[in-house]
Amino acid sequence: MKTLQELEAIRQKKINELNLRESTEGNIRVVVGLATCGIAAGARPVMTAFVEEVSKRQLNNVTVSQTGCIGMCRLEPIVEVLEPGKEKVTYCKVKPEQVSRIVAEHIVNGNPVVEYTIGSYE
Amino acid sequence: MIYRSHILVCAGTGCTSSNSLQIIDNFNNLLAEKGYEKEVQVIRTGCFGLCAAGPIVVVYPEGVYYSRVTPEDVEEIVNEHIIKGRPVERLIYKEHDADGTSTTLNDSSFYKKQHRIALRNCGRIDPENIDEYIAFDGYKALGKCLTELSRDDIVDILLASGLRGRGGGGFPTGLKWKFAKAPESDVKYVCCNADEGDPGAFMDRSVLEGDPHSVLEAMAIAGYCIGAQQGYIYVRAEYPIAVKRLRIAIDQAREYGLLGDNIMGTGFKFDIDLRLGSGAFVCGEETALLASIEGQRGEPRTRPPFPAVKGLWGKPTLLNNVETYANICQIILNGADWFASMGTEKSKGTKVFALGGKINNTGLVEVPMGTTLREVIYDIGGGIPNGKKFKAAQTGGPSGGCIPAEHLDIPIDYDNLNSIGSMMGSGGMIVMDEDNCMVNIAKFFLEFTVDESCGKCPPCRIGTRRMLEMLTRITEGKGQPGDIEKLEELAKNIKASALCGLGQTAPNPVLSTIRYFRDEYEAHIYEKRCPAGECKALLNFVIDPEKCKGCSLCAKKCPVGAISGEIKSPFTIDTSKCVKCGLCMESCKFKAIEKK
Repeated sequence: MKTLQELEAIRQKKINELNLRESTEGNIRVVVGLATCGIAAGARPVMTAFVEEVSKRQLNNVTVSQTGCIGMCRLEPIVEVLEPGKEKVTYCKVKPEQVSRIVAEHIVNGNPVVEYTIGSYE
Repeated sequence: MIYRSHILVCAGTGCTSSNSLQIIDNFNNLLAEKGYEKEVQVIRTGCFGLCAAGPIVVVYPEGVYYSRVTPEDVEEIVNEHIIKGRPVERLIYKEHDADGTSTTLNDSSFYKKQHRIALRNCGRIDPENIDEYIAFDGYKALGKCLTELSRDDIVDILLASGLRGRGGGGFPTGLKWKFAKAPESDVKYVCCNADEGDPGAFMDRSVLEGDPHSVLEAMAIAGYCIGAQQGYIYVRAEYPIAVKRLRIAIDQAREYGLLGDNIMGTGFKFDIDLRLGSGAFVCGEETALLASIEGQRGEPRTRPPFPAVKGLWGKPTLLNNVETYANICQIILNGADWFASMGTEKSKGTKVFALGGKINNTGLVEVPMGTTLREVIYDIGGGIPNGKKFKAAQTGGPSGGCIPAEHLDIPIDYDNLNSIGSMMGSGGMIVMDEDNCMVNIAKFFLEFTVDESCGKCPPCRIGTRRMLEMLTRITEGKGQPGDIEKLEELAKNIKASALCGLGQTAPNPVLSTIRYFRDEYEAHIYEKRCPAGECKALLNFVIDPEKCKGCSLCAKKCPVGAISGEIKSPFTIDTSKCVKCGLCMESCKFKAIEKK
């Protein structure tokens, strides 16, 4: 028999899994390049890391999605962070272990991790 | 389990019949083969509403809306969209008359004007997974009722919300609950009418298939409110998917202790069982339905006493329609004011309609009361196919009436529809174009009620049959002067004297077509002519000698050898042999054959 508290626990746990079916308008979007070049350079673990990090922190306003080839295959895995009303930030040669820092500093606190961006690499 | 992407595939009856279960299998197999089964989840959902464009597949988080997907398309969607993030353009749903492509489902004009309350979870959750229902506030309303609200509070909320019965009658739901709550009785019952029998109506089926728990939860609330411990859902056996999902939902709710003894530790006890109907339309009438649950022959009886006083096995019984129940939890959670803010003065909230007939977007729509017929048919429904002209819409099925073009701008609510001779009904909306003969339409609905009359009372058993005979005569060109008046008189008497709703409303399609299309009846009777060209007995196929080039194609196509002539000179049709199949007209390249 479920009590109201248990129901609430089920709801909290499950809504976290389902919120990607909600409207994504106004969300911060994390877009990972997942074309052949991106996949070959190891973009899939990067994407998975973003999905896990975002869900761990219960960031309901963040959408993680994938895109095709951006054109700079040598810099893959490329990750773009798009915040409504702000300029797009592009990270390049992203490794899974860098993801938690990008999420913490950039997505949560609004300070792009400059040293990982394409601007500082070039 | 957290997934990066959800693929929602419609598994309602419509999409299932066009192979959506195979699509689900293909997705699962292919994703497993490519090693994505831990990143991407495939979910079967209820009806998205746009049945005409099925099977529907929606991919989140992007919300890309694919239509008319085949099992063979799955590979392309996985390879392109899921792996490389490039939505498959050719499969994305496109509006019929819009300027561009619309990629997210909320942007399409089909959804823009809709407001989904009863259908809120259809196409959004997996109906076979109670956790998904709970995630979207499921069973929260029941919890609120059991812990915070008194039984009177619930009645007051429903009364204030202005919710009226969605099965067709439009009786205020709060009042019904109040009447069922009033009698003192140790045994009471809560029943759900899921015997959706109107031709062309599938609103209730879609709710049951897409969101079965919403009905179970509302019935439990009803049980608490009126003081009942047992509920029955009377559902048609012709709805196998709905029956299966209801069974799964009931089992899951019992397992979670949301049905059964001591619900949520409050001591409240309530359980639900299914009863399957065997396809008799009259069992949608409340007293016949209750008789059928009892195991009796499904025949109506006189009221009063109403079921609220003396219903199932002689005990006070509350009976509501599926869609009515589907609104209850949202009203409890969001408040009466929220619900009453939508709709018109006397009809609050929204109504689900099943759009069918001559319309581009066949499917399921939910609009606020007061939306005009024009918005439903043209903006949401996408208009009439092949550039034909709108003639009328039939609402309320065999109990309702037709609404002609002159009333297209009337706001849809219970009272407006009654005032123009139709009715809200359960929500079937069949659209007719200029090729539909209104006498024939009236005949079609009357054939249905004659078939479905239970035979208990003579006005319905004999009266509707006499009307049908008269209509058949008229469509066969044997109508006599005075037939229209006879039909009207008979209709008036049947309405006044039949025992139940089936008989009392059976003449409505005839009356409303006579009211708006009397000229068509007169043309059939006096001129022996069918203006719409649908009544075969009244039309002849004629070859225009001016246009005929004498190619002989029509003569070759004619299955009965009724067309003859010499090559390169005009052909003729022997009307005594012609069976009026229309094949010659379809095959003629010069449009030389006409129906007259």
